[in-house]
Amino acid sequence: MAADTRALTSTGHASVDHSPVGGLAHDARGGISNPILGMILFICSEVMFFSGLFAAYFSVRASYSNWPKISADAGLNEHFNLHAEPFYALGLTIILVISSFTCQMGVWAIRRNDRTGLTRAIGVTLVLGIVFLIGQAYDYATLGFGLSDTPFGTTFYTLTGFHGAHVFGGAVMLSVILYRGLAGQFSSRHHDAVEAVSLYWHFVDVVWIALFSTLYIL
Amino acid sequence: MATTTLTPAASAYRTGLYEWLTTTDHKKIGILYIVNSFIFFFIGGLFALGVRTELAQPGLQFVHDELLYNQLFTMHGTVMIFLFIIPMLVGFGNYVAPLQIGAPDMAFPRINALSFWMLPLAGILLLMGFLTGGAAQAGWTSYSPLAQDRPLASTGPGEDLWIMALLLIGTSSILGGINFLVTIFKMRAPGMTMFRMPILVWTVLVTSVLVVMATPVLTSALIMLFIDRNYGGHFFDPGGPNGGGGSAILWQNVFWFYSHPAVYIMVLPAMGMISEILPVFSRKPLFGYKAFVFATAGIGALGFSVWAHHMFTTGQVFLPFFSLMTFLIAVPTGVKMFNWIFTLFRGKLTFSTPLLFALGFLSMFLIGGINGAFSAAVPVDFALQDTYWVVAHLHYVLFGGSVFGVMAGLYYWFPKMTGRMLNETLGKVQFVLMFVGFNLTFFPMHQLGLAGMPRRIADYASDAGWNDLNLAATIGGFTIAASTLPLIWNVFSSLRAGKPAGDDPWEANTLEWATSSPPPPYNFDHLPEIRSERPLFDLRHGRTVVH
Repeated sequence: MAADTRALTSTGHASVDHSPVGGLAHDARGGISNPILGMILFICSEVMFFSGLFAAYFSVRASYSNWPKISADAGLNEHFNLHAEPFYALGLTIILVISSFTCQMGVWAIRRNDRTGLTRAIGVTLVLGIVFLIGQAYDYATLGFGLSDTPFGTTFYTLTGFHGAHVFGGAVMLSVILYRGLAGQFSSRHHDAVEAVSLYWHFVDVVWIALFSTLYIL
Repeated sequence: MATTTLTPAASAYRTGLYEWLTTTDHKKIGILYIVNSFIFFFIGGLFALGVRTELAQPGLQFVHDELLYNQLFTMHGTVMIFLFIIPMLVGFGNYVAPLQIGAPDMAFPRINALSFWMLPLAGILLLMGFLTGGAAQAGWTSYSPLAQDRPLASTGPGEDLWIMALLLIGTSSILGGINFLVTIFKMRAPGMTMFRMPILVWTVLVTSVLVVMATPVLTSALIMLFIDRNYGGHFFDPGGPNGGGGSAILWQNVFWFYSHPAVYIMVLPAMGMISEILPVFSRKPLFGYKAFVFATAGIGALGFSVWAHHMFTTGQVFLPFFSLMTFLIAVPTGVKMFNWIFTLFRGKLTFSTPLLFALGFLSMFLIGGINGAFSAAVPVDFALQDTYWVVAHLHYVLFGGSVFGVMAGLYYWFPKMTGRMLNETLGKVQFVLMFVGFNLTFFPMHQLGLAGMPRRIADYASDAGWNDLNLAATIGGFTIAASTLPLIWNVFSSLRAGKPAGDDPWEANTLEWATSSPPPPYNFDHLPEIRSERPLFDLRHGRTVVH
């Protein structure tokens, strides 16, 4: 029964621990913890959300005869030709990919019970995430076309905008992790939140790589 | 083993309104879901009565304004699907599934409460359209460009409120689906292996997979429609004031990618409820448990590859593929029908109200399934698209199927939820009224559809030969409305003075009947040993003991 109780506490549900039936061996088989499984399932649903947006992008692109890359028209279309200047966005991509690595270093640190390493790595990740958001805002301000300018503008801002919103959400989660890390709430045995947020951050990173490849290269 | 009379833990419940507003107990949240869904059932039913009253005779007598008529049928569909059937089944899942797997609560109790409280908020948002210059009127499918903001389409904020309400409901569904999956995968009692789970839990599991994978696509579609309407986007607008360039067919694809699996979201848990009830009232195990599980999983998997059968007549989809996949879905559904019938076959049947409604489900869902298979044939579909045949088909599946299942479940689990039985006589009166009213309403719609009457019209020519059948359907509609009166009376009178139920009034098989009625917080003091999918049957017959 001792092993069962430990399995329970590791899920971090005080309500279960202190319940009249807390001693029952629910979830005694170990394995993946409830919060991490929940996050993985949430990421599955997020994948489907972006699938919907990507499906719309490819559908509209396939049916629209005047898509920027194909068009040789002068005038407004010049602004749309992201393929001519992919380097700025490439810089943002590199920033986000590095942040994924620093985030993972934080996870490795707390698995070794290294709290300083965790807060340092998460702090760097958070800064990189904010730099990405500022960079994207600057990009939006200088692109020279808007949401309502042709289907390309609509898809571009919707896809990158919702990705940006997810980066913002991830940054909020990272801030919580950083705060809780500084407060000493994590240890090698108790850090489900860190693992879950890191999974989410990797997911946001992967979505950006797909977006960058689709919008700037393909 | 907890008993009804000796449950000190029951007093640990805080009481009063504050407790109901702040509860994270899956049982109370389940009851909140069910009560909330019934309120919207009555609101959606009033909209339907408005529609039927207008259609009773040719001409415009009752509604006077076609745009108001459009709002009525749009809101009827939206409320019934998104605020009645789906949350109602989630409510039963919420109450029953953790009990059936021997869990103390859902995996994330506070997220569970959040999922619920989004629903009344969404309902208020949706209905507010009537106060702000007209509710949404593009149908529950909200096809573009009808749903775009332009004269004679959906002007005003009603459509935007519709979008926001559905975004909230979708988010609630996704969080609920994740919660169910983690609960079922991680919170099962010792001995409760996957293949010993009650069928209801299996159907909730498959439904949750559908919710988690399909609902986000609807979310993305709604966001795109919102951008089109409010920020000059070009996703779905092929032409017009915004300059166009979008694709109207795209909306149909992303919408049905969710909304076809949503059909299974709306019926699978009801099938699960029937599969709990039929064995209990025929005193036999469910025939072919594993076949039933695989059939459920098969319906879930095939459900993702049939969405375009709603779009045959657009000429934009690959007809042979989607037609074939649609026919294929009849196979696992047929397996289930076979299992249900052979569960009943040579059983010792007790015709209590839950079994009557379950038999109503079997017979009506069979008709809905068969006329669905007709429509899977492309040439037939071309003839029947957008006629009343479709209305008949979808109501035989969703009313004859899901609603009859919900009623069976209500009569079956009400004793567990309240500790009191519902009145059998009133239950049978309700069943007869509902069964007769349902068939009187929707059976004539098959003939109306074959006679060419299109759906979503407020008026029709008096010499089209549709008058008598429409009048019959309207009388049936009011009979259905009347059938809810015995139900309401039954619930309120039984809550006050119903026969005490005891722990296990039906001599059932599954774990929820092993605890008191209503169960204490965290559900169980002790659990019986679980060695099969019928732990209580084993216990009653001395095969296992309580620890």
